[in-house]
Amino acid sequence: MIDLIVIPLLQIVFVLTGVLIVVMYLVLLERKIQAWVQVRFGPMRVGPHGILQPVADVLKLFVKEDITPVKADKWIYTAAPIIVLVPALIAFAVIPFGSSVSLFGKKISLAIADVNVGLLYIVAVASLGVYGIILGGWSSNSKYPLLASLRASAQLVSYEVAVTLTFVSVILSAGTLSMVGIVNAQYNSGVWFLFVQPVAFVIYMIGGLAETNRSPFDLPEAESELVGGFHTEYSGMRFALFFLAEYTNMIIVSSVATTLFFGGWLPPFPNLKALAFLYYVPSWIWFTLKTFLILYLFLWIRATLPRYRYDQLMRVGWKVLIPLALANIVVTGVVKVLLGR
Amino acid sequence: MGEQLAFYALSALILGCAVIVITAPSAVYAILFLVLDFLFVAGLYVVLHAQFVAVIQVLVYAGGIVILYLFVVMLVNLKRPPEAQRDRRRRSRLGVALSAVVLVEFAAIALYGYVAPEAGPAGGGLSFSNVERVGWLLYTDYLVPFELASMLLLVAMIGAIVLARREL
Repeated sequence: MIDLIVIPLLQIVFVLTGVLIVVMYLVLLERKIQAWVQVRFGPMRVGPHGILQPVADVLKLFVKEDITPVKADKWIYTAAPIIVLVPALIAFAVIPFGSSVSLFGKKISLAIADVNVGLLYIVAVASLGVYGIILGGWSSNSKYPLLASLRASAQLVSYEVAVTLTFVSVILSAGTLSMVGIVNAQYNSGVWFLFVQPVAFVIYMIGGLAETNRSPFDLPEAESELVGGFHTEYSGMRFALFFLAEYTNMIIVSSVATTLFFGGWLPPFPNLKALAFLYYVPSWIWFTLKTFLILYLFLWIRATLPRYRYDQLMRVGWKVLIPLALANIVVTGVVKVLLGR
Repeated sequence: MGEQLAFYALSALILGCAVIVITAPSAVYAILFLVLDFLFVAGLYVVLHAQFVAVIQVLVYAGGIVILYLFVVMLVNLKRPPEAQRDRRRRSRLGVALSAVVLVEFAAIALYGYVAPEAGPAGGGLSFSNVERVGWLLYTDYLVPFELASMLLLVAMIGAIVLARREL
């Protein structure tokens, strides 16, 4: 009974709270990093060095007026932010945050569920988030959100193909679809898959930027052309849900990258005897560290690169990334057959 | 017991959503309930221990095909049904024909269920994972239909590109 219900529930509560707190501070981190890149201070007023800024932001969003446009489709307008956020949150179910910990004499796995189709589960769940974006833009009954949501969904659907194809080559290397299995495969082969599949990693990161609508692919919310993107008409907490979903998706992309390419919870060079002392650091710290490094990459890119044009975005997606990902699969398969494994 | 309960609950939800899909006043609502319907069908697959099929169901149908439906419905404003569909007699004749086909199909499936021997777990023992078993079956017993289907999809893809290109 305890193993079946209580522990998973506690895990879920723990992961959800953790994610929400990380999202709050990710926003602050983004503002700070962008400020430092531009030789500014960033938020400084609320708390020392602006450390309480996220709390103030959340309070502001809670008390803001919640406006529904008169001509909006009320039900869909309300449902859209929820449809965006829920898939982003439930994708965390299969992500292994660490190997396992012992608490009160019980061994608890740090993945909520180790499904044998874990990676596909993430792809499937992530593909549902597009609905919220399309419906949010459509139900606002306003032209800028509609245009932005069409852009966003075309972008998501296109880059989903490239990202899913990189997963195929990782699956070929690992021989399993389970997230825990993929990390174990990296342990057995002795190196992170970053070094086995460098091309796949690059394609995945570019696709990840596009899937999360991050700069340089933030066309769906290009302020200078579309006011505010598909959520122009949203205010208050409903806007906050869209915002939350975007940052949650960033964390998902980073944790999947950590699991697939950076050995998940494993320390660097997991098989090397000389580095065995690294195992004294708890597994979840390694995972968090790597995930934040990738998140930093996201923020760094945003502060550095200008926005793509829409035709450039589509050309890169369909004519460069997808053929490259397909070629990578073929090469991986051939090498695997030649090595006889 | 629990499995049966889940099965009947999910089946009721699937049928309920399907009824709403065909009675919904607006096409966008109909499509949303179609997505919900597909998600419940995926749930049914999970109850039947076919996780791979469930995930593919969500990925291909809920996450792929229906999004294209939504695009079409949003861009083509469907306020009024076209003339051809408003002809009552034509609609009812089509309905009767379709329901007859479905009825025959149901009867055939039920008959087959009585006649055919109980199918064992495919692929032998339980040592295979779900995905491996599906892959194994696709590339052994069902190789020809599988390759034919992929050829058909390829032809459809090329056809779509040819149709979409203005100058050729």
